[in-house]
Amino acid sequence: MIRFDHASKRYPPGMNALADVSFEVDAGELVTVGGHSGAGKSTLLKLIAAIERPTGGAVLVHGQNVGSLKRSAIPYLRRNLGVVFQDQKLLFDRNAFENVMLPLTISGFPPVEARRRVQAALDKVGLLERQKAMPIMLSGGEQQRLAIARAVVGRPNLLLADEPTAHLDADTATDVARIFRDFQAVGVTVLIATYDNSLFPTARRLVLDHGRLQ
Amino acid sequence: MSVWLSQHGDAFRTAVRRLAASPVNTLLSLLAIGVALALPAGGQMLVANALQLARNSAPTPQISLFLQLDADKRAGQEIQARLKDHPGVKVFRFIPRDEALTRMKSREGLADVIEALPRNPFPDAITVLPEDDRPEAMEKLAAEFRKLPKVEQVQLDSDWARRLAALLKIGRTGVVLLALLLGVGLVAITFNTIRLQVMTRRAEIELSRLLGATDAFIRRPFHYFGILLGLAGGIVAWLIVAAATWWLAAPIGELAQLYSLDFALRPLAALDSVLLLIAAAGLGWLGASLSLRQHLTDG
Repeated sequence: MIRFDHASKRYPPGMNALADVSFEVDAGELVTVGGHSGAGKSTLLKLIAAIERPTGGAVLVHGQNVGSLKRSAIPYLRRNLGVVFQDQKLLFDRNAFENVMLPLTISGFPPVEARRRVQAALDKVGLLERQKAMPIMLSGGEQQRLAIARAVVGRPNLLLADEPTAHLDADTATDVARIFRDFQAVGVTVLIATYDNSLFPTARRLVLDHGRLQ
Repeated sequence: MSVWLSQHGDAFRTAVRRLAASPVNTLLSLLAIGVALALPAGGQMLVANALQLARNSAPTPQISLFLQLDADKRAGQEIQARLKDHPGVKVFRFIPRDEALTRMKSREGLADVIEALPRNPFPDAITVLPEDDRPEAMEKLAAEFRKLPKVEQVQLDSDWARRLAALLKIGRTGVVLLALLLGVGLVAITFNTIRLQVMTRRAEIELSRLLGATDAFIRRPFHYFGILLGLAGGIVAWLIVAAATWWLAAPIGELAQLYSLDFALRPLAALDSVLLLIAAAGLGWLGASLSLRQHLTDG
């Protein structure tokens, strides 16, 4: 599903965010990427979603070398991924339903089927009743669950999440972690960057230290 | 196909929503575009009306020959014989000086004046309709007629029409110049409006990219935005011109009546109106495209 082959990412001033990272994730696995802040967790996820390109080595997703994808091919790669961003990136000028609808609109989903899917996704994260609410009205945990609903609405077989439980209280964090485990249970490959491994006891762990895998 | 349609429908609705979301800005942009376009459109309306006026009041171009006052009947007949065989003459009409006198007497106000004259002041005259009514050909023909014996004066009736045509040509060039200048202005207005739109929607654009939106998907609503802004501005311009026409119609009608001209100010022609709207929409699109190329390249 995912293969890093001596991948590295160096930012212009000569800072190595990732150095010579190699690992594989099989389909259906739940994997966490741990490590101190600034260890390169976010960079690793960004390489998979082609938000950044590796400066060395190769990153393969579904057998495709992401680093050498043409610019015009990147949108189609991203449509097959669900990403929960560290800062969630919810749009505050539209309600919960419309936020979740956005990926389907982008991929040109038929409207009627899309509406059904948005409701299913909202139901899955327990927000169906709040579909008309604006994000600002939602609690931190609800906002995070909304971001998850948006990530999974396109039914991707690979789900990436960057610190999805940060800034959440213990109960809410457990709740959110359970949602990710549920997706893994139905066959979705899940890769989570988190400093808190205890929330995902069944996950395989990768740990980064100053850009290198331990 | 239906996906394509629904995506365009979505982009169109998004553009309308964005226009409606900031009504004051939209209104100001529309007014700016409308006023800018109303100038060349109004100019075109005036030129078209002047052309219409010229066409209505200029009879078919003809050449008038006036014979010398002392020319006798024989001289007149000789000239008529020559005209009959001339290949450049389509038809001609001989107007004897007596007929000219009676015709003038029948005119209101002139009868007394003519009555007071000791003798008939009018010469025999011949009006010639040429085979070829292009100005150069008529000029040549007139020069030829001037050389005929007993011909006092040859007058080209197309002279003033040609002067008017030359004037109108200048007017038309002015309209084109104005249209070019203000077209650039319209592009600048949409360029800037779209730039502001892109800036305020940065988060949405960035997110859409991360969720797999193609460049076309992101650009589409902005293109519609530009087209709609231009089109609506064009409609405002049309309304301004229509209002101006309506306002001017009465005083111009009065003036035309004073000059006994059969003339009424006409609104912008249908074709010109359609062209105005198409040009406005096109320029809006162009402004949006240029702006997007400038402000939407990163990511």
